[in-house]
Amino acid sequence: MKQTSYQALIIGASAGGLKAMSVILPQLPQVFPLVVIVVNHRMETPDTYLTEYLNGICHLPVQDAEHLFPIEPGHIYVAPPGYHLLVADDYCFNLSEDPRVNSSRPSIDVAFESAADVYGEYLIGVVLTGANSDGAIGLAEIKANGGYTIVQDPSEAEAIAMPSAAIKAGKPDFVGSLDQIARQICVISGVEKV
Amino acid sequence: MNAKEREKLEIEILLDGIQKRYGYDFRDYASASLKRRLEHNLITSKSKNFIELLDKVLHNEKAFENLLLDLSVTVTEMFRDPHIYDAVHKYIVPVLKTYPYIKIWHAGCATGEEVYSMAILLHEEGLLERTHIYATDVNMHALEVGKEGIYPAEQMKQYAKNYISAGGKRSLSDYYHAKYGSAKIDDYLKTNITFAYHNLAVDHSFCEVQMIICRNVLIYFNKKLQDRVFDLFDDSLVHGGFLFLGSKESLEFSSVKHNYECIVAKEQLYRKLYPSGGNK
Repeated sequence: MKQTSYQALIIGASAGGLKAMSVILPQLPQVFPLVVIVVNHRMETPDTYLTEYLNGICHLPVQDAEHLFPIEPGHIYVAPPGYHLLVADDYCFNLSEDPRVNSSRPSIDVAFESAADVYGEYLIGVVLTGANSDGAIGLAEIKANGGYTIVQDPSEAEAIAMPSAAIKAGKPDFVGSLDQIARQICVISGVEKV
Repeated sequence: MNAKEREKLEIEILLDGIQKRYGYDFRDYASASLKRRLEHNLITSKSKNFIELLDKVLHNEKAFENLLLDLSVTVTEMFRDPHIYDAVHKYIVPVLKTYPYIKIWHAGCATGEEVYSMAILLHEEGLLERTHIYATDVNMHALEVGKEGIYPAEQMKQYAKNYISAGGKRSLSDYYHAKYGSAKIDDYLKTNITFAYHNLAVDHSFCEVQMIICRNVLIYFNKKLQDRVFDLFDDSLVHGGFLFLGSKESLEFSSVKHNYECIVAKEQLYRKLYPSGGNK
C-alpha cells in the first residue's frame, strides 16, 4: 500500500444511510487527522436531525457544512438538505442550488467530484447503501485522481443499487462490511479504531 | 505549474476576459460552484479547455449568451419554501401596514415566480395597491419570462399546494388564467412590479426600500462579493426595514451585522436597526 497522508474522508449514502453511518462514524477516534464529509440523501426540507443525531453518538464534533466555512481536520461535516455541497480550492465549502443531479440535491457525485478535484490523492471516498446510482461516477473520479476508494459490500447493504453501481463504475480499492470499512479507514489514516 | 494550477489560471483569464469584453464580473463568485457551471458550458460548447472557450466567447456574442445562461441558472417556484411566509405574515406585514407607500426590492428574482407570490400575499393583505416591487436579476432571459408572467400549467398543482401551506386565503387559481397548457398571471398583479436588469456584482443602489428579498443568491458569491452586496443592501434599506436571505445565508460574518437584529434565525430574516439602537 502506498504511503499517503490522507487529508479528507468523504462518505456518500442514501436509503439506509443513517444506520450505516452510525456504525462507521462512532468508530473514528477523538483525535482524527482527516476532514470528514458526509453526504446523505434525504428530504430537501430544512432539517438538523441527522447532524444532531450523529453528534450525539460520535467522538468527533459533527456540524452542518455551511457556505464559505473553513474546513478543519477532525470535524465531521454534513451536507445540508436541499443544497449541493462542493469543496473549493481554498478549503472551504460552497453550497449551490443548481438543478438536481441523479434526482438528488445534495448529489453524492457533485460532492465527490469537487472533493476529488481539491484533495486529489489525499482523499478517501466511501460509497455505502443506497437505492440509486449516485456516487458511482464521483467515486471513479476520486480513484482517477489518485484517491483511495471504498464500497460497502452490496450483499450486506440495506439497498444494493448504490454500492453495486459504484463497484461496477470503478474497481474500488476496498470492499467490505461496515465494521471492516471502519477498520480500514482507521488503518490507512494511521489511527487506532475506537 | 501542474495541471490543476494551469486550469485555475485558465479560469482566471477567462473571467478577466469576460469582464473586459462584456462588463459581467464573475471573478468574485464562489469558486467551486462557478467552476462546475463553467465545466458544464465547456461540454455544451464543445471546448477543449477554458482558453478555447474564451476564444469563442470573445468573438461570438451568442457563445457568450449561452455561457451567461449557464452561469445564471435559475431555480425557483411560486410560494417556494412555504414556511417562510409565516414569518412574512407574522413580522413583516404588520410593519408594512404602517407605511403609506411601500417599496420592495427582490434582488435575484429569476423568472419571477416568487415575486408574484409576494404580490399575491400583499394583495390578500390589502397592501398591493400601495406597494411597488422592483424585481431585478442579471439573467435577461429570466427577466423576460418574469415580465410575461406565463408559466407551464402543469407546475400550478405544486404551486397551489405551496400557496395553501404558505397561508394563502383563497385559491391560487384565482390569480391566473390557464390556456393551452400555460398559466398566465393576472395583469393587475403586474401593475406594481418593475422587472429590471441589475447586477449585484457591479451596479449600485438605485432606491430606498422597506424590504429586500434576496434568497439563495449570495451562496454563489465569495466573501468579498457578499460584503459588497451587504453594503449595497444596507445603503438601500430604510431604518426598520427588513432583509430576507436564504436559509443558508447569514449576516453573521458581515461588516454591517451590527446594523441589524435577527428576527427569525432559522429563516435568516433580519431587521435594520434605527440609529438609536433598538426597533420601535
